[in-house]
Amino acid sequence: MSNAATQKRALSAVLWDYLTTVDHKKVGILYLIGGGFFFLLGGLEALIIRIQLIKPENDFISAGLYNEMITMHGTTMIFLAATPLLFGLMNYIMPLQIGARDVAFPFLNALGFWLFFSGGILLNCSWFLGGAPDAGWTAYAPLSIQSPGHGTDFYVMGLQLSGAGTLMSGINFLVTIVSMRAPGMTYMRMPLFTWTTFVTSVLTLFAFPALTVGLFLLMFDRMFGSAFFDVALGGNSVIWQHLFWIFGHPEVYILILPAFGVFSEILPTFSKKRLFGYSAMVFATFLIAFLGFMVWAHHMFTVGLGPVANSIFAVATMAIAVPTGIKIFNWLFTMWGGSIVINSAMLWALAFIPSFTIGGMTGVMLGSNVADYQYHDSYFVVAHFHYVIVGGVVFALLAACHYWWPKMFGRILHEGMGKLAFWTFFIGFHLTFFIQHFLGLMGMPRRYWVFLENQGLDTGNLISTIGAFFMTFGTLVFLVNIVYTAIKGEKAPADPWDARTLEWTIASPPAFYNFKQLPLVRGLDPLWIEKTEGNGKMTPAEPLDEIHMPNGSILPLIMTVGFFTASFGFIYQTDHKAWLIAVYAGMALAIGCMVIRSLKDDHGFHISKEELEREAD
Amino acid sequence: MTENTSTNKINSFQKEKNKDEMRKQIITFALMIFFTMIAFFAVGMGISSMFVIPLILILAIVQVGFQFYYFMHMKDKGHEFPALLIFGGIWVTFLVGVTFVTIIWW
Repeated sequence: MSNAATQKRALSAVLWDYLTTVDHKKVGILYLIGGGFFFLLGGLEALIIRIQLIKPENDFISAGLYNEMITMHGTTMIFLAATPLLFGLMNYIMPLQIGARDVAFPFLNALGFWLFFSGGILLNCSWFLGGAPDAGWTAYAPLSIQSPGHGTDFYVMGLQLSGAGTLMSGINFLVTIVSMRAPGMTYMRMPLFTWTTFVTSVLTLFAFPALTVGLFLLMFDRMFGSAFFDVALGGNSVIWQHLFWIFGHPEVYILILPAFGVFSEILPTFSKKRLFGYSAMVFATFLIAFLGFMVWAHHMFTVGLGPVANSIFAVATMAIAVPTGIKIFNWLFTMWGGSIVINSAMLWALAFIPSFTIGGMTGVMLGSNVADYQYHDSYFVVAHFHYVIVGGVVFALLAACHYWWPKMFGRILHEGMGKLAFWTFFIGFHLTFFIQHFLGLMGMPRRYWVFLENQGLDTGNLISTIGAFFMTFGTLVFLVNIVYTAIKGEKAPADPWDARTLEWTIASPPAFYNFKQLPLVRGLDPLWIEKTEGNGKMTPAEPLDEIHMPNGSILPLIMTVGFFTASFGFIYQTDHKAWLIAVYAGMALAIGCMVIRSLKDDHGFHISKEELEREAD
Repeated sequence: MTENTSTNKINSFQKEKNKDEMRKQIITFALMIFFTMIAFFAVGMGISSMFVIPLILILAIVQVGFQFYYFMHMKDKGHEFPALLIFGGIWVTFLVGVTFVTIIWW
């Protein structure tokens, strides 16, 4: 009985530890759990969409529910699954790669996670409170202005919350990379995943404010009677589209650049060669980010911007193929002549290159403004962006899971199940989406609830749905793999892959202070340099000394609860003014926490030298 | 820049540098006051707005430059990334402004 009591206490202690943590590694794991949960939710929605489209004039779900499904699938996958999963990886891995003990603002990091998570929960509360948002993930005005019920209000407040969380994480990563690199870690010695984290954070910093502004305008229009998007009152609904895509296009690079970073780590490791054209890769990353801000109107070619604007944006769009091409060739040359090991992580990386290239090619096709009039809002577009987002981002996430799992959880994912998940998911992915190119070219529009029979769309849609089941199976195998590994997985050494970068120089999983002594970095791929020219271990850059660590805090969570409550108040105050109480109470709670955080000194704690010496290497 | 501020430890080189820095700060400050006065007088004297508005805008841009480079130390070493981010932000804002003016409202 006493044993059960200790176990119970241990569980609540672990829970409390995670609720109050400011450790970048635990925040990273929280991001992965939260993002993983929403990924499964988004996947379930995708499966329901595909079942609805399995045969002509199907009535598996109603038209209204279908609209909610497509909206929530898109919103969930972009904002609540892909972005947080990548941010989780960055959170965990990036500080280890630059030899830092935490991110620059640990408190802010925890707050960022809780804001994202509460935003996601808020958005999904709409399912149980009278219907989810149904104006598409882009929420174009005037449709989003006129959408009845509170669905779109949940969209506005949910994204506002999670967007704020993402923005503050971006700023945090920027400061971390600029100011917290280990001695010798110059900019041009940073691993490519760190570089892409940096550029992604710049994009986040510049792109998310546009979304914030757009969401505020939409919020005022829906809840407080303004008319920014109401043409009848002198507003302009196209402004929403501009604001959304000024955010939205950089957002797709926020997703894909870290994916590029992941592959730029995995391919050199398993090819036993340094990354080909490192400086060209860094340059291409910056070029993609720079051009990424000048192409948003290619989502709006059919709005009627006029031939001059359309042509400018078309040319800028096609220009992005150049830096992306540089990257593709550099990955190929990295593998050229290398001694290649093929395991689950490498399989995802190898599958990424052709899959993503197909997506990039259809991207250039869509970028041609004349041709786009034919493709616009058809399944061709759906096929295109699933090729880049699934073939790029999801493949990267799964590859990264296999690659960094030992580092994060101390156990190696099961290879057999990893390969099974890969092959079923990979085949399912191409089954689902390749045929959709042709469905689109034959004229099947996206977002339609049903299609008619004998229009040549029946077989294609059936194949597509079968593919979706393959992908589901692959995902389930991956989940089983996680559970199996947690129970019976092989224990991982510090450096299971014979890898090249700093995160592999410390134990798996790392101690909570990461580096006992900060390492001295002598070049690109520091661990590899020490393996080939040194004794295989990093030289410390400082004598063993006290380590200053931040204290945990429950304030981020309480602050988030405040904002969460206030969001509900904002949504329902249109029905009854009494709900304003929730707004005031929630804001008071949140601002109260900020005041406490500002006025109460928290100097953290020190790990003593003796304590560090006691622990073995 | 973790410079030691206790006076008895500052060497003569540091002293000279601080003096130089102070002189620059004062010159910049005086110039900014001067620019502001020009702006006020230009409006006060009733010169045509075709001339006054561009003048004030140019003066404003110069003053923002002074603010960033002298008072906020962007001219010093180690400020490359803040500069990159600020100019990046200006570029993005400029693009958005141009687009909205030309293809939405024109």
